[in-house]
Amino acid sequence: MGPTPAAEERLPIAGETDIIAARQRARELAQQLGFGLVDQSRIATAVSELARNVVRYATGGRGEAALRALAASPRGIGIEIVVRDEGPGIADVAQAMREGFSSGTGLGMGLPGTRRLMDELQIDSAPGRGTTVTIRKWRR
Amino acid sequence: MARVPILRQGDVLIASVLEELRDSDALALQQQLGARLEQRATRGVLLDVSVVETVDSFLGRLLNEIALSARLLGAATVVVGIRPAVAITLVELGLELRGVHTALTMEKGMALLRRLLDEGARRGPYAGG
Repeated sequence: MGPTPAAEERLPIAGETDIIAARQRARELAQQLGFGLVDQSRIATAVSELARNVVRYATGGRGEAALRALAASPRGIGIEIVVRDEGPGIADVAQAMREGFSSGTGLGMGLPGTRRLMDELQIDSAPGRGTTVTIRKWRR
Repeated sequence: MARVPILRQGDVLIASVLEELRDSDALALQQQLGARLEQRATRGVLLDVSVVETVDSFLGRLLNEIALSARLLGAATVVVGIRPAVAITLVELGLELRGVHTALTMEKGMALLRRLLDEGARRGPYAGG
C-alpha cells in the first residue's frame, strides 16, 4: 500500500469520556478544514450520536473512531469519520434507518438524525459481526 | 461529576454548566435539580448551558425532561445560552426543545423568567410555563 493522502487519526471509544473526546477532535478537524460553525456543530453532534451507540450497545461498550480529511476528492474538501465496534450488530439496517423506529434504546433516534446532519452515511453491519458506520461531509 | 453549581436566589434556582457534560453528569444534574425542587417551593429554574458546544439527542432529550419535571413541580424553566449552531443542529436532528423557554444571556433569561412567573401568577397556580 502506498502512503495515504491524509493521515488517519484513530481514537478509542470505551466510555462516556471518550464520547466527548471523539466529538471534540472531530470538531477541531472540521474547523481546521474550514467548515463553518453550523457544520462543525453538525459533525460533532453526529460523532457524539455514533460514539454513544458504541458505548451503549457494543460488546463491552468498546470500539473506535477514525477521523480523516478528504482532500484529493472530486467533491473537494471533506471530512470522513468511521466508527466501528465489534458489538452484536444490527439485524435489520433498513429498519434501524427508518424514522420513528425505536428498539426502546434510542437507536431509532440516532441513525436517521445523524444521516440528516451529514452528507453521506453508510452502515455495514450484520448480527455477530459488529457495526461500521461511515459518515462524510463536504465543505460548501 | 462535572462542575454544575446550583445556587438559589429567592424562589429561583440557577444552575450553571461549567464544562461539557458526560451522560452521567447530565443525569446527576437532573437528579440534583429534582431534589432541590422538592426540597423547597421553587417557581423558576435558570439553566446556563452557554459553555456547552455540543447538544446531542441525549442531552437535548434530558433538557426537555428537566423542564417537564420542573413544570410538574410548579416551576418554569429557561435554558440560557444555546448557541445558534446548536439550535439549528437540534432541529435537524429532529429534536426541538418543546416546552423549553430559551434566552441568549442570563440577564435576558432572568427577565423572561420573571415575566413567565408574573403571567403564571395572574393565570393561577397551575399555569406556569
